[in-house]
Amino acid sequence: MSTLLFDVAHLLAGSMLVLSFALLYQDRITAVINVFALQAMALSLSVAWQALVQDAPHLLVTSAIALVVKGFVIPAALHRIVRRLQIHREIEQVIGAGPTMLTGLGLVALSILLMQPVGEVNIYVREDLAFALAVILLGLLMMITRRNAVTQVVGFMSLENGLVLAATGAKGMPLVVEVSVAFSILIAFIVFGVFVFRMRERFDTVDVSALDRFRGERRDTT
Amino acid sequence: MIDPVEAVLVIPAMAIPVLALISGYRLGAAVNILACALTFGAATALLFTEHPRSDLVIIDDFNIFLIILTTFVGFTTSIFSATYLAHEIEIGRLTPALLRFYHAMYQALMCAMNVALVANNIGLMWVGVEVATLSTVMMVGIYRTPEAIEAAWKYFILGSVGIGLAFFGTILIYLVAQEVVGDGLPAMAWDLLVRNAPMLDPKLLSLAFVFLLVGYGTKVGLAPFHAWLPDAHAEGPTPISAVLSGLLLNVALYALLRFKMVLAGNMGAIDVGAIMVTLGLVSLVFAAFMLYRRRDIKRLFAYSSIEHMGIAAFAFGMGGPLANFAGLLHMTMHSLIKSGIFFAVGHIAQVKGTQRIAAISGISVTHPVLAVLFCLGVIAIAGLPPFGMFTSEFMLVSSTFVRQPVLSVVLVAGLLIAFGALILRLQDIVFGEPTGQAHPAQASYIPAYVHLTLVLIAGLWLPDPVVQWFRGVAALLG
Repeated sequence: MSTLLFDVAHLLAGSMLVLSFALLYQDRITAVINVFALQAMALSLSVAWQALVQDAPHLLVTSAIALVVKGFVIPAALHRIVRRLQIHREIEQVIGAGPTMLTGLGLVALSILLMQPVGEVNIYVREDLAFALAVILLGLLMMITRRNAVTQVVGFMSLENGLVLAATGAKGMPLVVEVSVAFSILIAFIVFGVFVFRMRERFDTVDVSALDRFRGERRDTT
Repeated sequence: MIDPVEAVLVIPAMAIPVLALISGYRLGAAVNILACALTFGAATALLFTEHPRSDLVIIDDFNIFLIILTTFVGFTTSIFSATYLAHEIEIGRLTPALLRFYHAMYQALMCAMNVALVANNIGLMWVGVEVATLSTVMMVGIYRTPEAIEAAWKYFILGSVGIGLAFFGTILIYLVAQEVVGDGLPAMAWDLLVRNAPMLDPKLLSLAFVFLLVGYGTKVGLAPFHAWLPDAHAEGPTPISAVLSGLLLNVALYALLRFKMVLAGNMGAIDVGAIMVTLGLVSLVFAAFMLYRRRDIKRLFAYSSIEHMGIAAFAFGMGGPLANFAGLLHMTMHSLIKSGIFFAVGHIAQVKGTQRIAAISGISVTHPVLAVLFCLGVIAIAGLPPFGMFTSEFMLVSSTFVRQPVLSVVLVAGLLIAFGALILRLQDIVFGEPTGQAHPAQASYIPAYVHLTLVLIAGLWLPDPVVQWFRGVAALLG
């Protein structure tokens, strides 16, 4: 196969990874949502490219779902929520931007190392999988470092972006699974939406650390 | 005549919209029981039909027994749930509108667990576990108290991280299999994976298993991935604690075992048994110590679930006919006893109006029937004869002693520590001067007594066909 095809695929996957890093240090909720929308679009392009390369038109469905749902609908809904809750203020991070970025770099190195054995089986998907795993791990990192419920949602969805990238990189993976991934994201969003509103109702904040004092065991000692 | 395999999936799936539309909670509860009974009937019919096999669905001895167990406990829990919820409506903790949602989600959970169990496609299995998790998340948060929301949030975050990693592992397995089996559905069919296991690339297979272990291990509640489990058990409605402990943990362990069987067929892959033995022992010992510091009665039994899942994982990790047999028996006994205990605990929490152990004492004076039930349940879960859990633990300890004497010391120590904690708490709760409130119990004791009777029968005399069957499955597990 021509190297150009893979270079383009790597470029797109790489841009998703760069956007994952951008997600890590953004400190405004609106900016986080916008970067997430960009990442979803990059995912959509990447999946569409895979559809072309692998000659698998059904992947275009996955690409379209990524573009419409995650690129537009969900960000728009999140913007609405943020406006309605009036939380345009800055995000407090548990650890600072510097250490977070360094940890992120470490995670990227880790995913490249972990994916080394893939090369012995299928040399073409190794980089794709390494990128995807890096996006997944950075999504995890974001969920850990953020305390705001909305940005944790974004971290989770960014993690799902990485999963879709990995699934489409594997040639000929049955469509059943991809559709289910898209569906699960939708379900996840509904779940989160419900929780965010319930949280607002109860605590007048979407900061998850406000929940800490309600941890089950602690209420007995107080 | 409809196909029973379709029936176990279609009946709960059809019940979801029906239950979402029924506004009367009594009717809803009745339909819920009916749907569960029909599913259980269909599951039993599986015994008498031929075992179908396709790239998506497979029925073998291993999952038939779990499907029957799952639908049976689902059925008895739906009966318990009806009386439990009637009380919750009465005291105003739940509204009829929420109950519609609850019943629909209950059937969604049953459907998703059955999908995960009958799936031959590892992707479909993943979808089943994921949907089951999401539906329980919704139910854990149903009381909408700060504690319940905290628990549901934690469960959701940890659960989805776990499920994300499990999916990545699934993709890796597909990549490995693709080279041997070819593109498309066959490369995700579990039975073809097992058949071609010796040809698969061992390095990548081992890597995939690490992701699957962390992913599904989170669902099983193995330490150190267990953080969501006690909260989710303590804050949700008690029927959900019962199905979580008794069924969902089993389904996740089942998924893990399916992958273990693939790796067992490959010479170059990592030794899965050793990893499971380690995780199992860590969970057992950790949970046994944690039992002493619990102040919440449902949390106490949540930790006990971690302990027993640890024992089961240890048994399957040891492998071999006897240990596998013990593991299967242990899974079954734990499902029956733990859901039975949660039925009793649910009623105790209702009559006392609290879940705090310090505020619950002297049940034997105020509610003798409930106290006897609870006593029997705790004796059974602590592994005392003549109940079935004694049999499984005895078999496990004796087989471990022959093969790995050092490990058996740790195992026995863990079992004894947990035993002490449970008996200590049992005395506090059942005996002593009655304190606090004591509402009359309006409970149906039948489901819990049925469970305990089955466990007692298993402890005294396992019917020969069941023994043969467990032996067959144990041999299958390798």
